[in-house]
Amino acid sequence: MKGWRELEIGAVTEAGSADEYNTGSWRAFRPRWIEENCIQCLFCWIYCPDSAITVKDGKRGEFDYKHCKGCGICAVECPGKKGKKAIVMEEEGK
Amino acid sequence: MSTTPLRLKELSKKEDLLTGGHRLCAGCGAPIAIRQIMLAADVPIVAANATGCLEVSTTIYPYSAWKIPWIHTAFENAAATISGVEAMYRALKRKGKISEEIKFIAFGGDGGTYDIGFQSLSGAMERGHDIVYVCYDNGAYMNTGIQRSSATPFGANTTTSPAGSVIPGKLQPRKNLTKIMAAHGIPYVAQTTPAHWRDLMTKVRKALEVKGPAFINILASCNRGWRTPTDRAIEDSKLAVETCFWPLYEYENGRLTINYKPKEKKPVVEFLKTQGRFKHLFSPENEHLLQHSQELVDREWEALLREEAMWKAEEEKEEQKD
Repeated sequence: MKGWRELEIGAVTEAGSADEYNTGSWRAFRPRWIEENCIQCLFCWIYCPDSAITVKDGKRGEFDYKHCKGCGICAVECPGKKGKKAIVMEEEGK
Repeated sequence: MSTTPLRLKELSKKEDLLTGGHRLCAGCGAPIAIRQIMLAADVPIVAANATGCLEVSTTIYPYSAWKIPWIHTAFENAAATISGVEAMYRALKRKGKISEEIKFIAFGGDGGTYDIGFQSLSGAMERGHDIVYVCYDNGAYMNTGIQRSSATPFGANTTTSPAGSVIPGKLQPRKNLTKIMAAHGIPYVAQTTPAHWRDLMTKVRKALEVKGPAFINILASCNRGWRTPTDRAIEDSKLAVETCFWPLYEYENGRLTINYKPKEKKPVVEFLKTQGRFKHLFSPENEHLLQHSQELVDREWEALLREEAMWKAEEEKEEQKD
């Protein structure tokens, strides 16, 4: 029988490789960012289950549609500006 | 070592240590909590993860969403695994083979924590390892299709406590694991939700800071099991806190602090009514069950208030002596 030193290393994968995997195709609804209504509160970023809000130098940018599953949490949590949401959900394929 | 201020702008400059592309459901509460935990930590983390949704969905071979050293363990022994890693770390440190400051976290769902992993968790806490155990509590075995756990709230409809003509959902109240962990007399125990990100991150930092074991119980919405739309995770977490179904509190060296007291405590039906798993409770013949749900919440909340008042009175007495 092999000792543990001789055994091949088990299921060790590259760190963070799930990043390559496309979960964007799961979406039934697609979030749209309306920059003019955005106050850069970053609630969308901190509450996103899929790390699908790109942020640079402390400011949000476009959605990462490769990973966004379209749950809509960001749109619900978005305070918007003067009652106008900076994120709206739209049906895919329309 | 510098710590990142708990401001979203500053935190957003840090690397996300859980990538997108994991296969947790759309709108799952767990990865929101995990991202926040790892953003809060300013030291390298090694994690053990009990079997469960989080483990399965973040590491579907050959992919991994984790950018930290991460060990999958069985359902019942995440706390034992992380204890071993921490013990090895201490040994290597003693031998001068490692100098880096590293922290150790175990993640488990409520099934892996309240039920199956409970003895190994209790043992790890009693042995005093310098670890943090984080339970993400979604209130049932969601990964295998919504079976009741000891974390499932009273009256919830699950596949093993099905609401129908025989029983009106789960007959037993939820086990109060946070209090049980506090009873271990460990340096830090807390309860929070990802909706309260600053509270969560503050607690993670305190838990990592203390020497010895710490436990954090995090409410993590599951839209599949709670029967809610996918965009409700944060709103339902807020309602859980506003109704005192899930109070935000912590024990620091045995001393209780309630971190948030709603100005107006909402009736628990506000939390229950948005979730399909409690739908049957709202039919007229089940009104007494809704009342009982409220009684269970009131009992826990009032006990917490009394306990905190006791600590405050105690401290005032001490101050007067000085």
